[in-house]
This record gives sequence, C-alpha cells and structure tokens, in this order.
Amino acid sequence: MSDYHGPLHKQIEAKLAEAFPGDTCQVINESHSHSVPANSETHFKVTLVSASFAGQFKVKRHQRIYALLADELNAGVHALALHLYTPEEWVARDGAAPASPNCMGGSKKEQA
Amino acid sequence: MDINETIKSQLAENPVILYMKGSPQMPQCGFSARTVQAVMSCGERFAFVNILDNQELREGLKAYSNWPTYPQLYINGELVGGCDIVLELAESGELAQMIKAVAKKEDA
Repeated sequence: MSDYHGPLHKQIEAKLAEAFPGDTCQVINESHSHSVPANSETHFKVTLVSASFAGQFKVKRHQRIYALLADELNAGVHALALHLYTPEEWVARDGAAPASPNCMGGSKKEQA
Repeated sequence: MDINETIKSQLAENPVILYMKGSPQMPQCGFSARTVQAVMSCGERFAFVNILDNQELREGLKAYSNWPTYPQLYINGELVGGCDIVLELAESGELAQMIKAVAKKEDA
C-alpha cells in the first residue's frame, strides 16, 4: 500500500465532494500496483453512493463522472474504476465495492 | 474514411464488439482481461478490436462515445459500458441474456 496522497487525488476528491455534497465517496489511488513509477497518479478507484443515481442507467452514471473529471483524465489519469450506487443498491451489496484487477503491464508496453 | 464513419460501420457490422487493450488470448490490461473473460463466458461469437494497434481509433472512439477509457463493450451499436459495468452485468446474468438475444437474432 502507498500513503501517497497527491494533488490529482485531492482534486478528484474535491470535485466529487462539490458535485455530490453529503454523499458517501471514497477515492483510492491504485497506481502503486501498476507498472508506473512510485507516487504516480494514473490509476484511481472511486466508490460513490448517491441518491442522485436513482433511475439512471449505469452508462449514464459513469458518463456523469467522466464529464466531471475530464480535466483529470486529460492530465494523466489513465484508469478510473467507477463503482456508482444508489443508497438502496449499496445496502443490497452489503456496502462492498468489487476489487480492481491486477496489472498486466499494458502501460509499460505502451511507453516502449 | 473518417474515423467516425469507421466506428459507425464497425458498430453496424458487429452486433457484439469489444474494444480492448490486447487480444482475447493476450490481453494487455487487467480491466480488458476481466471484461473479455466475461464476454467469452457467454459462449457466443463476438468481434474485438485491439485499440493499442490503432491510435486514431483509440482517440476517436473516446470522443464518439463520451467514454475516456478502455475496454468498451457495444451491443447492437449501443455502449454497454467498461469493465465495472460489464462485470456487474455478468454477475447478475444480464450480460449473457443480452448477448444471447443478439445472437438469436443473427441466426434467425
């Protein structure tokens, strides 16, 4: 695990907190488990529970977050795992988001 | 051909198509690996495109779909989602239903 809490990480948290006031939100930097240098901000996982997702298809929910975080995605965020639930769905899942997959070295090959 | 035209014709010609990093046999990203596994487990034919081989398509599709990351799964020309959504649909059994419905239509 890495304790690094970088500027992009803080920016993502701030934007989500502003757009989803009072909703439960967790942002985890998972970059350290990928083939990128230490203290990178490339791979993030967001878990967000908001009543505002009710009645929205999953694609629409994801597109809302992608639009909100377009600057960060352009600034080097390369993977953004999104787990977006309504409070009812979250309770039905026993409050657990799925784990992200292991890295398979794609970024390394892309840089080569 | 304009990249948007390329995308439209790929989506029109392939009722189930996965845009991914690497190939089903050799995925080059954990998110693509999981997604292609879920699609394969449905047991129907599907098309795939390795977007690492085509930089123009890779950027063009992101803009076309308003979806900035890969993989991206399309059924009947509609974006179903990326890894997170596809795995949830696979878990609930909906993915197999969606893909089998399309395959049935193809055979008819």
